[in-house]
Amino acid sequence: MTPTRKKRLSIVLLVLFAASMAVALVSYAFKENIDVYFSPQSIANGEAPLQRMIRVGGIVVDDSVSRDNDTLKVSFSVTDGEADLKIHFQGILPDLFREGQGIVARGQLQQDGSFTADEVLAKHDETYTPPEVSASLAGNLKYDQEKAALDAAENTKPIAGGSLQTIE
Amino acid sequence: MSQSSVTPTSKNSSASQGKRSSFKWPVWMYRLASPSYFIQMSSKIIPWLYYPGVLLFVVGLVWGLAIAPQDYQQGDAFRIIYVHVPAAALSMAIYMGMAFASLLFLVWRIRLAGVVARCCVPVGAIMTLIALVTGSLWGKPMWGTYWLWDPRLTSELILLFLFLGFSVISNAFDSEESGMKAASFLALIGVVNIPVIHYSVRWWNSLHQDATIFKIGKPSIDTSMLWPLLIMMVAFILLSAAYVFMRSRNQLILVKLKQQPVNQIITSK
Repeated sequence: MTPTRKKRLSIVLLVLFAASMAVALVSYAFKENIDVYFSPQSIANGEAPLQRMIRVGGIVVDDSVSRDNDTLKVSFSVTDGEADLKIHFQGILPDLFREGQGIVARGQLQQDGSFTADEVLAKHDETYTPPEVSASLAGNLKYDQEKAALDAAENTKPIAGGSLQTIE
Repeated sequence: MSQSSVTPTSKNSSASQGKRSSFKWPVWMYRLASPSYFIQMSSKIIPWLYYPGVLLFVVGLVWGLAIAPQDYQQGDAFRIIYVHVPAAALSMAIYMGMAFASLLFLVWRIRLAGVVARCCVPVGAIMTLIALVTGSLWGKPMWGTYWLWDPRLTSELILLFLFLGFSVISNAFDSEESGMKAASFLALIGVVNIPVIHYSVRWWNSLHQDATIFKIGKPSIDTSMLWPLLIMMVAFILLSAAYVFMRSRNQLILVKLKQQPVNQIITSK
Protein backbone atom coordinates (compact mmCIF):
# COMPACT_ATOMS: atom_id res chain seq x y z
CA MET A 1 0.00 0.00 0.00
CA THR A 2 1.38 3.39 -0.93
CA PRO A 3 1.81 6.05 1.79
CA THR A 4 -0.97 8.19 0.26
CA ARG A 5 -3.40 5.29 0.34
CA LYS A 6 -2.34 4.43 3.86
CA LYS A 7 -3.00 8.00 4.90
CA ARG A 8 -6.40 8.06 3.20
CA LEU A 9 -7.34 4.75 4.80
CA SER A 10 -6.36 5.94 8.27
CA ILE A 11 -8.37 9.13 7.82
CA VAL A 12 -11.41 7.08 6.79
CA LEU A 13 -10.99 4.73 9.75
CA LEU A 14 -10.56 7.68 12.11
CA VAL A 15 -13.73 9.34 10.81
CA LEU A 16 -15.63 6.07 11.12
CA PHE A 17 -14.37 5.61 14.68
CA ALA A 18 -15.32 9.18 15.61
CA ALA A 19 -18.77 8.78 14.08
CA SER A 20 -19.44 5.54 15.94
CA MET A 21 -18.27 7.07 19.23
CA ALA A 22 -20.55 10.05 18.66
CA VAL A 23 -23.53 7.82 17.89
CA ALA A 24 -22.77 5.59 20.87
CA LEU A 25 -22.53 8.52 23.30
CA VAL A 26 -25.61 10.29 21.96
CA SER A 27 -27.74 7.15 22.02
CA TYR A 28 -26.48 6.34 25.53
CA ALA A 29 -27.31 9.84 26.74
CA PHE A 30 -30.78 9.72 25.18
CA LYS A 31 -31.57 6.15 26.16
CA GLU A 32 -34.78 7.15 27.97
CA ASN A 33 -35.96 9.04 24.90
CA ILE A 34 -35.15 6.23 22.48
CA ASP A 35 -36.90 3.61 24.62
CA VAL A 36 -40.41 3.25 23.27
CA TYR A 37 -41.93 2.47 26.65
CA PHE A 38 -41.39 2.38 30.40
CA SER A 39 -41.42 -0.99 32.13
CA PRO A 40 -43.73 -1.49 35.13
CA GLN A 41 -40.62 -1.72 37.29
CA SER A 42 -39.29 1.67 36.23
CA ILE A 43 -42.75 3.12 36.94
CA ALA A 44 -42.74 1.48 40.38
CA ASN A 45 -39.33 3.11 40.94
CA GLY A 46 -40.88 6.47 40.14
CA GLU A 47 -38.86 7.09 36.96
CA ALA A 48 -41.91 7.99 34.87
CA PRO A 49 -43.54 11.43 35.05
CA LEU A 50 -47.11 11.78 36.34
CA GLN A 51 -49.89 12.94 33.98
CA ARG A 52 -47.66 13.28 30.96
CA MET A 53 -48.10 11.32 27.71
CA ILE A 54 -45.89 8.24 28.06
CA ARG A 55 -45.89 4.63 26.95
CA VAL A 56 -45.71 1.58 29.15
CA GLY A 57 -45.08 -1.98 28.05
CA GLY A 58 -45.37 -5.39 29.63
CA ILE A 59 -47.05 -8.77 29.58
CA VAL A 60 -50.78 -8.88 30.32
CA VAL A 61 -51.19 -10.72 33.63
CA ASP A 62 -53.31 -13.90 33.51
CA ASP A 63 -56.89 -13.45 34.80
CA SER A 64 -56.41 -9.71 35.21
CA VAL A 65 -58.58 -8.58 32.29
CA SER A 66 -62.01 -7.30 33.33
CA ARG A 67 -64.42 -5.87 30.77
CA ASP A 68 -67.40 -3.64 31.37
CA ASN A 69 -70.62 -5.25 30.18
CA ASP A 70 -72.20 -2.16 28.60
CA THR A 71 -69.24 -0.08 27.40
CA LEU A 72 -65.84 -0.63 25.79
CA LYS A 73 -64.13 -0.04 29.11
CA VAL A 74 -61.53 -2.63 29.97
CA SER A 75 -58.92 -2.85 32.68
CA PHE A 76 -56.00 -5.18 33.04
CA SER A 77 -52.58 -5.45 34.66
CA VAL A 78 -49.22 -5.69 32.92
CA THR A 79 -46.04 -7.08 34.41
CA ASP A 80 -42.36 -7.36 33.58
CA GLY A 81 -41.79 -10.02 36.21
CA GLU A 82 -40.67 -7.41 38.73
CA ALA A 83 -43.68 -5.15 39.19
CA ASP A 84 -47.30 -4.90 38.08
CA LEU A 85 -49.19 -1.92 36.70
CA LYS A 86 -52.96 -1.51 36.46
CA ILE A 87 -54.13 -0.10 33.11
CA HIS A 88 -57.56 1.34 32.30
CA PHE A 89 -58.56 1.65 28.67
CA GLN A 90 -61.67 2.48 26.69
CA GLY A 91 -61.68 1.46 23.07
CA ILE A 92 -60.98 -1.38 20.70
CA LEU A 93 -58.08 -3.62 21.61
CA PRO A 94 -55.85 -5.10 18.89
CA ASP A 95 -56.63 -8.63 17.70
CA LEU A 96 -53.50 -10.02 19.31
CA PHE A 97 -54.47 -8.69 22.75
CA ARG A 98 -54.84 -11.53 25.22
CA GLU A 99 -53.58 -12.62 28.60
CA GLY A 100 -49.90 -13.51 28.46
CA GLN A 101 -49.36 -11.25 25.43
CA GLY A 102 -46.93 -8.33 25.40
CA ILE A 103 -48.58 -4.92 24.92
CA VAL A 104 -47.48 -1.31 24.71
CA ALA A 105 -49.98 1.29 25.94
CA ARG A 106 -49.88 5.07 25.49
CA GLY A 107 -51.46 7.26 28.10
CA GLN A 108 -50.96 8.99 31.42
CA LEU A 109 -49.81 7.77 34.79
CA GLN A 110 -52.33 8.75 37.49
CA GLN A 111 -51.81 9.84 41.09
CA ASP A 112 -53.12 6.52 42.41
CA GLY A 113 -50.43 4.61 40.50
CA SER A 114 -52.75 3.31 37.79
CA PHE A 115 -52.38 4.09 34.10
CA THR A 116 -55.07 5.52 31.83
CA ALA A 117 -54.39 4.45 28.27
CA ASP A 118 -55.78 5.97 25.10
CA GLU A 119 -54.04 3.53 22.76
CA VAL A 120 -53.05 -0.10 23.25
CA LEU A 121 -50.67 -1.80 20.80
CA ALA A 122 -49.91 -5.51 20.76
CA LYS A 123 -46.32 -6.69 20.75
CA HIS A 124 -45.68 -10.13 19.33
CA ASP A 125 -42.57 -12.23 19.66
CA GLU A 126 -40.20 -13.44 16.97
CA THR A 127 -41.40 -17.06 16.88
CA TYR A 128 -43.58 -18.30 14.06
CA THR A 129 -45.30 -21.67 14.34
CA PRO A 130 -48.14 -23.44 12.53
CA PRO A 131 -51.26 -23.88 14.73
CA GLU A 132 -50.92 -27.68 15.00
CA VAL A 133 -47.31 -27.46 16.16
CA SER A 134 -48.15 -24.74 18.65
CA ALA A 135 -51.15 -26.70 19.95
CA SER A 136 -49.10 -29.85 20.36
CA LEU A 137 -46.33 -27.92 22.11
CA ALA A 138 -48.77 -26.26 24.48
CA GLY A 139 -50.83 -29.42 24.93
CA ASN A 140 -47.84 -31.71 25.31
CA LEU A 141 -47.72 -31.60 29.07
CA LYS A 142 -51.45 -32.11 29.52
CA TYR A 143 -51.55 -34.76 26.83
CA ASP A 144 -48.63 -36.62 28.38
CA GLN A 145 -50.23 -36.51 31.80
CA GLU A 146 -53.55 -37.77 30.49
CA LYS A 147 -51.90 -40.49 28.46
CA ALA A 148 -49.82 -41.56 31.44
CA ALA A 149 -52.93 -41.65 33.63
CA LEU A 150 -54.81 -43.64 30.98
CA ASP A 151 -51.93 -46.06 30.52
CA ALA A 152 -51.60 -46.43 34.24
CA ALA A 153 -55.33 -47.17 34.60
CA GLU A 154 -55.23 -49.74 31.80
CA ASN A 155 -52.10 -51.40 32.96
CA THR A 156 -52.69 -51.33 36.68
CA LYS A 157 -53.86 -54.87 37.02
CA PRO A 158 -51.45 -56.66 34.72
CA ILE A 159 -48.51 -54.68 36.05
CA ALA A 160 -49.53 -55.17 39.64
CA GLY A 161 -50.19 -58.81 38.99
CA GLY A 162 -47.00 -59.22 37.04
CA SER A 163 -44.94 -57.47 39.60
CA LEU A 164 -46.53 -59.49 42.36
CA GLN A 165 -45.83 -62.62 40.43
CA THR A 166 -42.19 -61.71 39.94
CA ILE A 167 -41.87 -60.89 43.58
CA GLU A 168 -43.38 -64.21 44.44
CA MET B 1 -5.43 0.28 -17.91
CA SER B 2 -2.71 -2.15 -18.99
CA GLN B 3 -1.46 -4.77 -16.58
CA SER B 4 2.20 -3.88 -16.78
CA SER B 5 1.55 -0.37 -15.54
CA VAL B 6 -0.10 -1.48 -12.33
CA THR B 7 1.82 -4.65 -11.45
CA PRO B 8 5.58 -4.28 -11.19
CA THR B 9 7.03 -7.24 -13.05
CA SER B 10 10.71 -7.34 -12.08
CA LYS B 11 11.39 -10.28 -9.77
CA ASN B 12 13.44 -8.59 -7.09
CA SER B 13 11.45 -5.39 -7.09
CA SER B 14 10.58 -5.61 -3.41
CA ALA B 15 14.11 -4.71 -2.38
CA SER B 16 14.32 -1.75 -4.71
CA GLN B 17 10.86 -0.43 -3.89
CA GLY B 18 11.96 1.31 -0.73
CA LYS B 19 8.95 2.48 1.27
CA ARG B 20 6.47 0.54 -0.83
CA SER B 21 5.43 -2.67 0.89
CA SER B 22 6.39 -5.88 -0.88
CA PHE B 23 2.81 -7.16 -0.84
CA LYS B 24 1.24 -7.37 -4.29
CA TRP B 25 -2.42 -7.85 -5.05
CA PRO B 26 -3.14 -10.76 -7.39
CA VAL B 27 -3.47 -9.83 -11.06
CA TRP B 28 -7.16 -10.78 -11.29
CA MET B 29 -7.98 -8.07 -8.77
CA TYR B 30 -6.47 -5.46 -11.05
CA ARG B 31 -8.42 -6.92 -13.94
CA LEU B 32 -11.61 -6.60 -11.86
CA ALA B 33 -10.98 -2.89 -11.56
CA SER B 34 -10.86 -2.49 -15.34
CA PRO B 35 -14.15 -1.25 -16.81
CA SER B 36 -13.88 -3.24 -20.04
CA TYR B 37 -13.23 -6.45 -18.12
CA PHE B 38 -16.16 -5.66 -15.83
CA ILE B 39 -18.48 -5.14 -18.82
CA GLN B 40 -17.57 -8.49 -20.34
CA MET B 41 -17.64 -10.37 -17.04
CA SER B 42 -20.98 -8.92 -15.97
CA SER B 43 -22.53 -9.68 -19.37
CA LYS B 44 -21.66 -13.30 -18.70
CA ILE B 45 -22.84 -13.56 -15.10
CA ILE B 46 -26.00 -11.42 -15.20
CA PRO B 47 -28.13 -14.25 -16.74
CA TRP B 48 -26.85 -16.63 -14.05
CA LEU B 49 -28.06 -14.23 -11.39
CA TYR B 50 -31.21 -12.98 -13.02
CA TYR B 51 -33.02 -16.10 -14.26
CA PRO B 52 -32.44 -18.26 -11.14
CA GLY B 53 -33.42 -15.16 -9.14
CA VAL B 54 -36.75 -14.81 -10.95
CA LEU B 55 -37.41 -18.56 -10.68
CA LEU B 56 -36.67 -18.66 -6.94
CA PHE B 57 -38.71 -15.48 -6.43
CA VAL B 58 -41.79 -17.09 -8.00
CA VAL B 59 -41.27 -20.40 -6.17
CA GLY B 60 -40.66 -18.68 -2.83
CA LEU B 61 -43.59 -16.30 -3.24
CA VAL B 62 -46.11 -19.03 -4.13
CA TRP B 63 -44.75 -21.33 -1.42
CA GLY B 64 -44.74 -18.58 1.18
CA LEU B 65 -48.08 -16.97 0.34
CA ALA B 66 -50.12 -20.03 -0.56
CA ILE B 67 -48.53 -23.28 0.63
CA ALA B 68 -46.76 -22.54 3.93
CA PRO B 69 -48.96 -23.02 7.00
CA GLN B 70 -50.60 -20.15 8.87
CA ASP B 71 -49.08 -18.80 12.04
CA TYR B 72 -50.80 -19.91 15.25
CA GLN B 73 -51.10 -16.29 16.42
CA GLN B 74 -51.03 -14.05 13.40
CA GLY B 75 -52.86 -16.26 10.91
CA ASP B 76 -52.28 -15.27 7.31
CA ALA B 77 -50.94 -11.82 8.19
CA PHE B 78 -47.56 -13.28 9.07
CA ARG B 79 -47.01 -14.14 5.38
CA ILE B 80 -45.82 -10.61 4.77
CA ILE B 81 -42.59 -11.83 6.39
CA TYR B 82 -41.70 -13.45 3.05
CA VAL B 83 -41.23 -10.02 1.51
CA HIS B 84 -40.48 -7.93 4.58
CA VAL B 85 -37.52 -9.83 6.02
CA PRO B 86 -35.60 -10.39 2.75
CA ALA B 87 -36.12 -6.74 1.76
CA ALA B 88 -34.95 -5.48 5.16
CA ALA B 89 -31.92 -7.80 5.16
CA LEU B 90 -30.99 -6.78 1.61
CA SER B 91 -31.38 -3.08 2.37
CA MET B 92 -28.64 -3.46 4.97
CA ALA B 93 -26.51 -5.82 2.88
CA ILE B 94 -26.65 -3.50 -0.15
CA TYR B 95 -25.74 -0.59 2.07
CA MET B 96 -22.65 -2.47 3.26
CA GLY B 97 -21.79 -3.26 -0.36
CA MET B 98 -22.18 0.40 -1.27
CA ALA B 99 -20.01 1.44 1.68
CA PHE B 100 -17.32 -1.07 0.71
CA ALA B 101 -17.31 0.18 -2.87
CA SER B 102 -17.10 3.74 -1.51
CA LEU B 103 -14.08 2.73 0.56
CA LEU B 104 -12.38 1.31 -2.55
CA PHE B 105 -13.17 4.53 -4.37
CA LEU B 106 -12.05 6.80 -1.58
CA VAL B 107 -8.79 5.08 -0.65
CA TRP B 108 -7.68 3.32 -3.83
CA ARG B 109 -9.39 5.73 -6.26
CA ILE B 110 -10.90 2.88 -8.24
CA ARG B 111 -13.37 4.61 -10.53
CA LEU B 112 -15.24 1.40 -11.23
CA ALA B 113 -15.96 1.07 -7.50
CA GLY B 114 -17.47 4.53 -7.58
CA VAL B 115 -19.78 3.50 -10.41
CA VAL B 116 -20.82 0.34 -8.53
CA ALA B 117 -21.46 2.36 -5.34
CA ARG B 118 -23.77 4.70 -7.25
CA CYS B 119 -25.59 1.78 -8.83
CA CYS B 120 -26.22 0.24 -5.40
CA VAL B 121 -28.25 3.30 -4.40
CA PRO B 122 -31.56 2.79 -6.28
CA VAL B 123 -31.63 -0.95 -5.51
CA GLY B 124 -30.85 -0.38 -1.84
CA ALA B 125 -33.29 2.51 -1.52
CA ILE B 126 -36.10 0.45 -3.04
CA MET B 127 -35.34 -2.47 -0.71
CA THR B 128 -35.47 -0.08 2.26
CA LEU B 129 -38.74 1.36 1.01
CA ILE B 130 -40.22 -2.14 0.54
CA ALA B 131 -39.13 -3.06 4.07
CA LEU B 132 -40.70 0.10 5.50
CA VAL B 133 -43.96 -0.20 3.56
CA THR B 134 -44.49 -3.93 4.15
CA GLY B 135 -43.56 -3.46 7.80
CA SER B 136 -46.10 -0.70 8.08
CA LEU B 137 -48.80 -2.82 6.42
CA TRP B 138 -47.92 -5.64 8.80
CA GLY B 139 -47.91 -3.32 11.79
CA LYS B 140 -51.49 -2.12 11.38
CA PRO B 141 -53.28 -5.48 11.75
CA MET B 142 -50.85 -6.98 14.30
CA TRP B 143 -49.56 -4.15 16.47
CA GLY B 144 -52.46 -1.81 15.85
CA THR B 145 -50.53 1.02 14.20
CA TYR B 146 -48.90 1.79 10.86
CA TRP B 147 -46.03 3.68 12.37
CA LEU B 148 -44.36 4.28 15.69
CA TRP B 149 -41.10 6.08 16.44
CA ASP B 150 -39.62 2.81 17.50
CA PRO B 151 -35.78 2.49 17.37
CA ARG B 152 -35.94 -0.25 14.73
CA LEU B 153 -38.38 1.63 12.51
CA THR B 154 -36.59 4.94 12.95
CA SER B 155 -33.12 3.56 12.19
CA GLU B 156 -34.45 1.84 9.06
CA LEU B 157 -35.96 5.17 7.98
CA ILE B 158 -32.53 6.78 8.53
CA LEU B 159 -31.12 4.11 6.22
CA LEU B 160 -33.49 5.31 3.49
CA PHE B 161 -32.32 8.88 4.05
CA LEU B 162 -28.69 7.72 3.83
CA PHE B 163 -29.36 6.15 0.44
CA LEU B 164 -31.18 9.25 -0.76
CA GLY B 165 -28.49 11.50 0.70
CA PHE B 166 -25.79 9.56 -1.12
CA SER B 167 -27.66 10.05 -4.36
CA VAL B 168 -28.20 13.76 -3.80
CA ILE B 169 -24.63 14.51 -2.67
CA SER B 170 -22.99 12.53 -5.47
CA ASN B 171 -24.91 14.66 -7.98
CA ALA B 172 -24.54 17.98 -6.17
CA PHE B 173 -21.08 18.86 -7.47
CA ASP B 174 -19.98 20.09 -10.86
CA SER B 175 -17.26 17.48 -10.99
CA GLU B 176 -18.38 13.91 -10.64
CA GLU B 177 -15.15 13.09 -8.83
CA SER B 178 -15.68 15.51 -5.94
CA GLY B 179 -19.34 14.52 -5.70
CA MET B 180 -18.38 10.90 -5.35
CA LYS B 181 -15.73 11.72 -2.74
CA ALA B 182 -18.23 13.55 -0.54
CA ALA B 183 -20.90 10.90 -1.04
CA SER B 184 -18.42 8.12 -0.24
CA PHE B 185 -17.68 9.78 3.09
CA LEU B 186 -21.39 9.87 3.86
CA ALA B 187 -21.69 6.19 2.93
CA LEU B 188 -18.85 5.25 5.28
CA ILE B 189 -20.12 7.32 8.20
CA GLY B 190 -23.57 5.81 7.69
CA VAL B 191 -22.13 2.34 8.32
CA VAL B 192 -22.60 3.18 12.01
CA ASN B 193 -26.34 2.88 11.43
CA ILE B 194 -26.17 -0.79 10.36
CA PRO B 195 -25.42 -2.33 13.79
CA VAL B 196 -27.89 0.17 15.27
CA ILE B 197 -30.65 -1.21 13.03
CA HIS B 198 -29.77 -4.80 13.86
CA TYR B 199 -29.38 -4.41 17.62
CA SER B 200 -32.00 -1.68 18.14
CA VAL B 201 -34.50 -4.26 19.38
CA ARG B 202 -32.02 -5.45 22.02
CA TRP B 203 -30.47 -2.17 23.11
CA TRP B 204 -33.73 -0.35 23.65
CA ASN B 205 -37.30 -1.13 24.64
CA SER B 206 -38.98 -1.59 21.31
CA LEU B 207 -42.31 -2.58 19.85
CA HIS B 208 -40.57 -4.51 17.09
CA GLN B 209 -39.75 -8.08 18.01
CA ASP B 210 -36.28 -9.60 18.15
CA ALA B 211 -34.52 -11.27 15.19
CA THR B 212 -36.02 -14.55 13.99
CA ILE B 213 -33.23 -15.92 11.78
CA PHE B 214 -30.29 -13.51 11.90
CA LYS B 215 -29.13 -14.53 15.34
CA ILE B 216 -26.92 -17.05 17.05
CA GLY B 217 -28.70 -20.35 17.46
CA LYS B 218 -31.68 -22.00 15.87
CA PRO B 219 -34.15 -19.82 13.92
CA SER B 220 -37.35 -19.38 15.92
CA ILE B 221 -39.55 -20.19 12.96
CA ASP B 222 -40.97 -23.59 12.12
CA THR B 223 -39.10 -25.47 9.36
CA SER B 224 -42.20 -25.57 7.15
CA MET B 225 -42.25 -21.76 7.21
CA LEU B 226 -38.47 -21.31 7.13
CA TRP B 227 -37.86 -22.93 3.73
CA PRO B 228 -39.84 -20.46 1.61
CA LEU B 229 -38.25 -17.62 3.61
CA LEU B 230 -34.75 -18.86 2.79
CA ILE B 231 -35.73 -19.26 -0.87
CA MET B 232 -37.04 -15.70 -0.94
CA MET B 233 -33.83 -14.53 0.72
CA VAL B 234 -31.68 -16.16 -1.98
CA ALA B 235 -34.02 -14.79 -4.69
CA PHE B 236 -33.68 -11.25 -3.32
CA ILE B 237 -29.88 -11.60 -3.15
CA LEU B 238 -29.64 -12.87 -6.74
CA LEU B 239 -32.03 -10.26 -8.13
CA SER B 240 -30.37 -7.37 -6.26
CA ALA B 241 -26.94 -8.48 -7.45
CA ALA B 242 -28.29 -8.79 -10.99
CA TYR B 243 -29.74 -5.27 -10.92
CA VAL B 244 -26.55 -3.75 -9.49
CA PHE B 245 -24.48 -5.50 -12.17
CA MET B 246 -26.91 -4.45 -14.92
CA ARG B 247 -26.94 -0.82 -13.86
CA SER B 248 -23.16 -0.67 -13.40
CA ARG B 249 -22.56 -2.30 -16.77
CA ASN B 250 -24.96 0.05 -18.50
CA GLN B 251 -23.35 3.08 -16.85
CA LEU B 252 -19.93 1.97 -18.04
CA ILE B 253 -21.25 1.28 -21.54
CA LEU B 254 -22.83 4.73 -21.64
CA VAL B 255 -19.46 6.31 -20.89
CA LYS B 256 -17.71 4.14 -23.47
CA LEU B 257 -20.37 4.75 -26.13
CA LYS B 258 -18.78 8.13 -26.71
CA GLN B 259 -15.70 6.30 -27.97
CA GLN B 260 -16.86 3.14 -29.72
CA PRO B 261 -20.09 1.37 -30.84
CA VAL B 262 -21.91 -0.85 -28.37
CA ASN B 263 -21.37 -4.21 -30.07
CA GLN B 264 -17.62 -3.69 -29.94
CA ILE B 265 -17.72 -2.85 -26.24
CA ILE B 266 -19.53 -6.03 -25.25
CA THR B 267 -17.73 -8.50 -27.47
CA SER B 268 -14.19 -7.24 -28.12
CA LYS B 269 -11.34 -7.42 -25.63
